[in-house]
Amino acid sequence: MSAEVTVRVPTILRTYTGGEAEVTVDPSSTSGGETLAGVLEALEANHPGIKARILDDSGALRRFVNVYVGDEDVRFAEGLATPTPAGTQISVIPAVAGG
Amino acid sequence: MSLDNVSAPVVVVDDLDFGPATGLVCRECGAHYSLGAAYACMECFGPLEVTYQYGDVTREQIEAGPTSIWRYSALLPVSPHAVDEPNLAPGWTRIVHAHNLAQELGMTSLWIKDDSGNPTHSFKDRVVAVAQSAARRLGLTTLSCASTGNLAHAVAAAAARAGQESVVIIPDDLEDGKTVTTATYGGKLLAVRGNYDEVNRLCSELIGDPLTNDWGFVNVNLRPYYAEGSKTVGYEIAEQLGWRLPDQVVIPIASGALLVKVDKAFRELIELGLVEDKPYKIFGAQATGCSPVYQAFEAGHDVVRPVKPDTIAKSLAIGNPADGPYAIDVVRRTSGAIGSVSDEEVVGGIRKLARTEGIFAETAGGVVLASLEQLLASGKLDPKAETVILNTGEGLKTLDAVINHVGPTATIQPKVSDVREALA
Repeated sequence: MSAEVTVRVPTILRTYTGGEAEVTVDPSSTSGGETLAGVLEALEANHPGIKARILDDSGALRRFVNVYVGDEDVRFAEGLATPTPAGTQISVIPAVAGG
Repeated sequence: MSLDNVSAPVVVVDDLDFGPATGLVCRECGAHYSLGAAYACMECFGPLEVTYQYGDVTREQIEAGPTSIWRYSALLPVSPHAVDEPNLAPGWTRIVHAHNLAQELGMTSLWIKDDSGNPTHSFKDRVVAVAQSAARRLGLTTLSCASTGNLAHAVAAAAARAGQESVVIIPDDLEDGKTVTTATYGGKLLAVRGNYDEVNRLCSELIGDPLTNDWGFVNVNLRPYYAEGSKTVGYEIAEQLGWRLPDQVVIPIASGALLVKVDKAFRELIELGLVEDKPYKIFGAQATGCSPVYQAFEAGHDVVRPVKPDTIAKSLAIGNPADGPYAIDVVRRTSGAIGSVSDEEVVGGIRKLARTEGIFAETAGGVVLASLEQLLASGKLDPKAETVILNTGEGLKTLDAVINHVGPTATIQPKVSDVREALA
């Protein structure tokens, strides 16, 4: 069974996705499995270089990137371990707006 | 001058004349970019900030300028022509020497920088004017924003004045005063079933959608320019005090940008030789129901953990504040502190400011006053040092906050005897 999820890609990362605003990936065969970490691995496999833009050198989410799994900011959930069941929509957004 | 240009057509300027601005730089990794509608670093997602090469700027030049933020055009990312293009000409609001309040709080010298006097009654007119000027330069014809209310007013009104389209996006639970007023200015108003952080997210997702190709989201893709408008609060405080810096300033924190930019303004004035160099302390103020910056500051963290807001101070209800880490840096660097006050204290602050100084502040002003009292009580703020507090918006916008706490002394028949009885 497919574990495909959709990832919304912000403008500044679309150079990695050939201009696509939304891509689908299947994290089930990655070491992270069906979690945000697995989604990022699968994303990297299809679009090399993109993961290092989202995670810092220590492998943590960068300070100014917000990632949502469904409606939930992953900082309120389990961070990179947040489960991403099939059909989930994931959004990656620069955290610079506000006020 | 700008005020006479009410009926002038929309001016779209092709050249990229941003006055003294030279480019954009990432505040996190230092990557450089050319001026444009960019707001996040391609390398690390860090926020971009305007870089400048200032010419000679003198007190006399500034003093000879218009009585608006445009007197500081030489220090903003705007064309020298910005003043003459249709805009709300905000700024140069009054600074009030608050003797009564100072006496009640046991302070020696207290000033209130009262930004409720702006055209749409909050400090947001300043940032929108700078963003609007940038939008013209960049050919963005629709002004848009995610807003907690005050920004909605400022964007809708600025667009109306300039004959531009506007699309304002707000949470659907804002105070009536904010929703109704915005709608009256015209333009499109979208009320989203969600909180501010969700509205903010929506706007970020709209960027890059073909629908918004010619939209300038003032606090998203125009944010580097927009945020610089807040510097004018700091410039004005210094100029109005007679070209000197106060010892202490108390500033409300929503995204944190205002606090950061007031500090930036003070440092620039020192570097440009427009004020004498001296130490000053910057204090922040948050409502306990949305105090992620306070919590990170108190815990000694550099990273601000987002919260889900629950406070009557809706104009400060940003649970995921973009400039939070930088606000903490400024407060720590200047040896300040951050207050965190309950909604009840916010109402008390609003009433005390109104009762002592005749200034009716919105909830953010109540947060500032209550925080001032808290910081005095804890000994973090020196009652003998000259202090400026900011009132960033007008109380009529948030009547809901006080409506159940105040009312007529008595309701009477139109008879002299009833008056006597009521006032006895």
